[in-house]
Amino acid sequence: MIHSLFLVSTAGHIFLEKHWKSVISRSVCDYLFEAQGKASAPENVPPVIATPHHYLISVYRDRIFFVAVIQTEVPPLFVIEFLHRVAETFQDYFGECSEASIKDNVVIVYELLEEMLDNGFPLATEANILKEMIKPPTILRSVVNTITGGSSNVGGTLPTGQLSNIPWRRTGVKYTNNEAYFDVVEEIDAILDKSGTVVFAEIQGVIDACVKLSGMPDLTLSFVNPRLLDDVSFHPCVRFKRWEAERVLSFIPPDGNFRLMSYHVNAQNLVAIPVYVKQNVSFFETGSSGRLDITVGPKQTMGKTIEDVVITVHMPKVVLNANLTTNQGTSTYDPVTKVLVWDIGKLNQQKVPNLKGSLSLQSGAPRPDENPTLNIDLRIQQLAISGLKVNRLNMFGEKYKPFKGVKYVTKAGKFQVRT
Amino acid sequence: MSTNNLSYNEQGGGAEPAVELGQESTPTASGSTAAAGLFSTDFKKNEDLKEMLESNKESLKLEAMKRIVGLIAKGKNASELFPAVVKNVASKNIELKKLVYVYLVRYAEEQQDLALLSISTFQRALKDPNQLIRASALRVLSSIRVPIIVPIMMLAIKEAATDLSPYVRKTAAHAIQKLYSLDPEQKEHLIEVIDKLLKDKSTLVAGSVVMAFEEVCPDRIDLIHKNYRKLCNLLVDVEEWGQVVIITMLTRYARTQFLSPWREDALFDENSEKAFYDSDVEKEKADSKPYMMDPDHRLLLRNTKPLLQSRNTAVVMAVAQLYWHLAPKQEVSIVTKSLVRLLRSHREVQYIVLQNIATMSIQRKGMFEPFLKSFYVRSTDATHIKTLKLEILTNLATEANISTILREFQTYVKSQDKQFAATTIQAIGRCATNISEITDTCLNGLVLLLSNRDETVVAECVVVIKKLLQTQPSQHSDIIKHMAKLLDNITVPMARASILWLIGEYCERVPKIAPDVLRKVAKSFTSEEDIVKLQTLNLAAKLYLTNSKQTKLLTQYILNLGKYDQNYDIRDRTRFLRQLIVPNEKSGALSKYAKRILLASKPAPVLESAFKDRDRFQLGTLSHTLNAKASGYLELSDWPTVAPDQSVRNVEVMEPQSLERQPSTRGSDLFAYHLLVLLCSDSDDAKEKKRPKPKLDSVSSHSKASSSSDNTASSGSESEEDTDSDSEPEQKKKKKLSSKPQVRQILSFALNCGCKMCLCVTAFQVSSPVFVPPKSHELLHRMSGKGLAVSYHFPRQPCAYSHRMVSVQLTLTNGRDQPLEDICVGEAGPPGIAIHRFATIERLQPEASITVSMGIDFNDSTQAANFQLCTKTDQFSVSIQPAVGELLMPVTMTEQDFLKEQGQLTGMNESSVTITIAPDSMSSQPVGRKVVSVANMGVVPSSQNSIHRFAAKTVSSGSLVLSSVVLQEASTAKLVVNTEKTVLGSVLLRELKTALSQG
Repeated sequence: MIHSLFLVSTAGHIFLEKHWKSVISRSVCDYLFEAQGKASAPENVPPVIATPHHYLISVYRDRIFFVAVIQTEVPPLFVIEFLHRVAETFQDYFGECSEASIKDNVVIVYELLEEMLDNGFPLATEANILKEMIKPPTILRSVVNTITGGSSNVGGTLPTGQLSNIPWRRTGVKYTNNEAYFDVVEEIDAILDKSGTVVFAEIQGVIDACVKLSGMPDLTLSFVNPRLLDDVSFHPCVRFKRWEAERVLSFIPPDGNFRLMSYHVNAQNLVAIPVYVKQNVSFFETGSSGRLDITVGPKQTMGKTIEDVVITVHMPKVVLNANLTTNQGTSTYDPVTKVLVWDIGKLNQQKVPNLKGSLSLQSGAPRPDENPTLNIDLRIQQLAISGLKVNRLNMFGEKYKPFKGVKYVTKAGKFQVRT
Repeated sequence: MSTNNLSYNEQGGGAEPAVELGQESTPTASGSTAAAGLFSTDFKKNEDLKEMLESNKESLKLEAMKRIVGLIAKGKNASELFPAVVKNVASKNIELKKLVYVYLVRYAEEQQDLALLSISTFQRALKDPNQLIRASALRVLSSIRVPIIVPIMMLAIKEAATDLSPYVRKTAAHAIQKLYSLDPEQKEHLIEVIDKLLKDKSTLVAGSVVMAFEEVCPDRIDLIHKNYRKLCNLLVDVEEWGQVVIITMLTRYARTQFLSPWREDALFDENSEKAFYDSDVEKEKADSKPYMMDPDHRLLLRNTKPLLQSRNTAVVMAVAQLYWHLAPKQEVSIVTKSLVRLLRSHREVQYIVLQNIATMSIQRKGMFEPFLKSFYVRSTDATHIKTLKLEILTNLATEANISTILREFQTYVKSQDKQFAATTIQAIGRCATNISEITDTCLNGLVLLLSNRDETVVAECVVVIKKLLQTQPSQHSDIIKHMAKLLDNITVPMARASILWLIGEYCERVPKIAPDVLRKVAKSFTSEEDIVKLQTLNLAAKLYLTNSKQTKLLTQYILNLGKYDQNYDIRDRTRFLRQLIVPNEKSGALSKYAKRILLASKPAPVLESAFKDRDRFQLGTLSHTLNAKASGYLELSDWPTVAPDQSVRNVEVMEPQSLERQPSTRGSDLFAYHLLVLLCSDSDDAKEKKRPKPKLDSVSSHSKASSSSDNTASSGSESEEDTDSDSEPEQKKKKKLSSKPQVRQILSFALNCGCKMCLCVTAFQVSSPVFVPPKSHELLHRMSGKGLAVSYHFPRQPCAYSHRMVSVQLTLTNGRDQPLEDICVGEAGPPGIAIHRFATIERLQPEASITVSMGIDFNDSTQAANFQLCTKTDQFSVSIQPAVGELLMPVTMTEQDFLKEQGQLTGMNESSVTITIAPDSMSSQPVGRKVVSVANMGVVPSSQNSIHRFAAKTVSSGSLVLSSVVLQEASTAKLVVNTEKTVLGSVLLRELKTALSQG
């Protein structure tokens, strides 16, 4: 399946290569560079490129191209999903997935890749299993290693999870404090048009868990209003039959952090848009200048405060500079990337944040005919905007009493206001 | 001997190509290393790495290996360190070992000779009690792409395929593909292994073996039948990557095995009215065979459905395509939601999913229409995502939703991304042609866009308007005039060409403007692009025909320019047009029709989706994404017209024991029996004498057999059969060696290339038994057997029926005066012991005797095997009590290996005793003979005269049994037995003790 893997930086530097079958020359990446040259941004490089003898399937994230070289027919999503899994594993091991961290840990990276694929077919991708075979680098271990001359970072026995029906959990987990935390995170995807009417809005949610429980706990999580959930996808640990029958999540959790489920809220429910935006961006026909006036205020917030509000505007190329004043937060305009960022912070009921001023355009250039789109970021603590509520969490199979906690957060996902 | 012979043959056959390949590949390998050395850049740096690797300190070695792996990762050449690295392959430090593995796999192909040095380590590791080590040894061994070790890999895979650990079996499945890509000639053998592994019930193995199946023998659909239901049921528990592969394979399988679930709907959709009124025949057809979905088909659909909820996008996509290709039409839509959900995932995932949705949405608008808004474009989307979303929106456009879509398109047209705006205009054009109600609206909108400042947008508009006007040219002369004015400003060639074509085509509608336009382009003709020049020529020709008064001179001017153009297309066109339109004497019949030719009414172009023809590929595949056949793409077959046999998927529930000896053994048993009968009837003297003593019988038949052995050996293998097995094995062995050069070759090859074959590992190393006169035991006395006398002995050869069985030969003699009929083995016990029965003897004449062979798996215990011997009239319970020495198979090994293995089998596994030895046994010969007569062991060459060593492995479990006799002064000797099987060891010790202390 996957023949080779190349990691390429945006600058076009191949800083890691790994081959699972015979060696393929790195010149195959030239086709990627060619496509990159044609594309305006790295994001626009097509994920699948056909070359005379190979196919390149690439994933771009964290400023790195993960390029898999394929020789025969394979479901492209299979490869893409796997490459993302690789990136996530690096993230998990090194805290960040960057060129520097990969270069620093090249041996561990190699050991990981060796375990993750055999002959190009995934062997072990579950983080818990990998961590038992190859220990993640920690400061303590690296100190110990330099002093003692290196204890092994590699496990000598097959992780128990690999053979069991629950490969995501290892046996013999022990904690002094047994805790289970669940974060219900919802994101609003919306497109508002010029007049503020909703063109499109939906709510997507995930439940991320951090479970540190000893032994083999069997958990059951139930909701007050499971009917809200329209479409769901689960971590493999969730027993699908019980969900079908009783609408409860029953599972033996992996150890540590994981995404328990992601869901889509029933489209029939009207989505409450927590903010309103009034904007007026105009460019004058003469004098190569423009005006900008944006006001943001809270709308349906269910009594919670809206925090971390940031408005990002991608200006047309002809906008040279912006001279703006605001009554709250800070605004910066980067004339190189043409991005205007207005960091507002908390939204107050009393004082409505406003940003206005003039834009200077390149002289002589024609007036841009489209006004830029506003992208809005925000966060509301202690609220799931869909109204989803966790009813209770029960534990079976173990004797101790765990500490349990549920947190709700609402964020803006792809939230755009067209002007 | 026949079976021994057989196994040698197999090995010989397998090894032969390897030897040849090895000879071929050596020179190329050395060539490449020389080249590698020449171009190596980090020569100095490598020197100190070499020192570090050769030091005694583990930490230094590890450090060096880490740096080397760093070099490999960067793509630097580290091949010249190969000799230094490969030495560490047997290191105790697991991390060091793993890094060496990484190195080895990377460079083995380039350094084949040196890579062979490491093979023995892996072979030893294949027997390690730690499954992780076994598995990683197999992984590395199979990843070393050195053709010479193909037979070793083959053996290792076969062994690992029966390993107790599913993890090891999984790696075996992976190794199958590696071996196949290295040597496709092994296909047949590998298919056998695949067949075996497909039967595996472990969820861990399922995905990997199906992957191997897809790569090695995707056409052998017959291997799937019996496993189909099992795979369907296991699917939910298989790891996610395996699920993808299995689902894809089952999609293909189902398309060949089940009837189309679409047939019925198709009938209803298209012919419902017809069928209702007149077509009785058709109705009958539909009625006579109502479609019933095969329960297996339903099983697949049911068991894959929950996987739509998987977090793995590849699994969701796989299920979606399965439903698309297999489910009844009304059920396909359940995948919609899940596919739309995937659009929330990474950009690359969106790209693939959108492509598939685009193909689906052409055929089934209804599936995605409710989710129209999910395909709205955001300004932050990547270009290829935008294009695909646009494509889908266009596909989904209907009269009902077109107004919303057009409103959405209006915002896109204003986008800063002008390329995207242009694509949107194309999309508008497609909507306008598909939905006739809105054509005018679209046309007006597009005309407004013609005043746009951006040229790409305007150009695209012109092209689209041209296509739209062509569909309804009646009343749009004002638009054409408007466009004629545009010609002054537009520079994009495609747009200019479009305008010229439009004016030419409808020149009669704009009689005043057209000649003026021609005048303008005539001026700029030489600086235009080719495509514009061609259209200029067209325009000139058309005007000449309709309005020659005004344009005659202009046309001639343009034709003259065209005549000397650089582009030959233009020169050709000029010549052609001149002949066609300008009348002269030579002009043929065609010029009469010039007007009809040039101004024929042209069909309007059909604006189609770019995804129109993608449905020829299976959804979710690479080929579908590329819209071109990728190598290794497997076509999805059409539904069969007649349902194939359903019963092929039925699985009979069989006891594991009977399963084991099912297909092959029954045949070989019969075969052996036939041969035996044949030989008995052949050898006249054997027939005449009818000796009660089997020994004599065997000697005579042996003489016969050996005289004919030339034929048998050359004609190939198995024809030497059971009766001559009592003959002298040593003599036989020699003959075999000389007649089978491959065996010798492989032995000498093994020695030559310096790889110490680890001789306790595979069937390879089982040696022929040392000859001892067979001891016959009585099984059934003539008196108690009512005339049937049976004796048995152990021929000490590998059992043909199962490698876990000890072969036993029974000699049956009829002491009665009537023939005995239907002699067979009845019930057998105890449960732990498996017996391979001999084929029923139909008739045994009075005074005649017959020898048959059986296989018994004693499970390495001396427990007796009880069974019943039945004749037509009577049943006799008998039991065979094996001597412990018969439960062994001799193996050959070197003295070092012996000592090493012995070192590992100490403590509980060792039992020893000091004995007094009969004086005549003090020399080496008798000791050996005595030990061998008691136990079927192989002699290990010893460097000291006073120490004798013997090695064997147990037949059933294959654990090593080592024994050594150390002669001391005063007729004493120390006898040691080392084995994991402690009970067996102590019994063996006792027996050896009695044997040696006797005179």
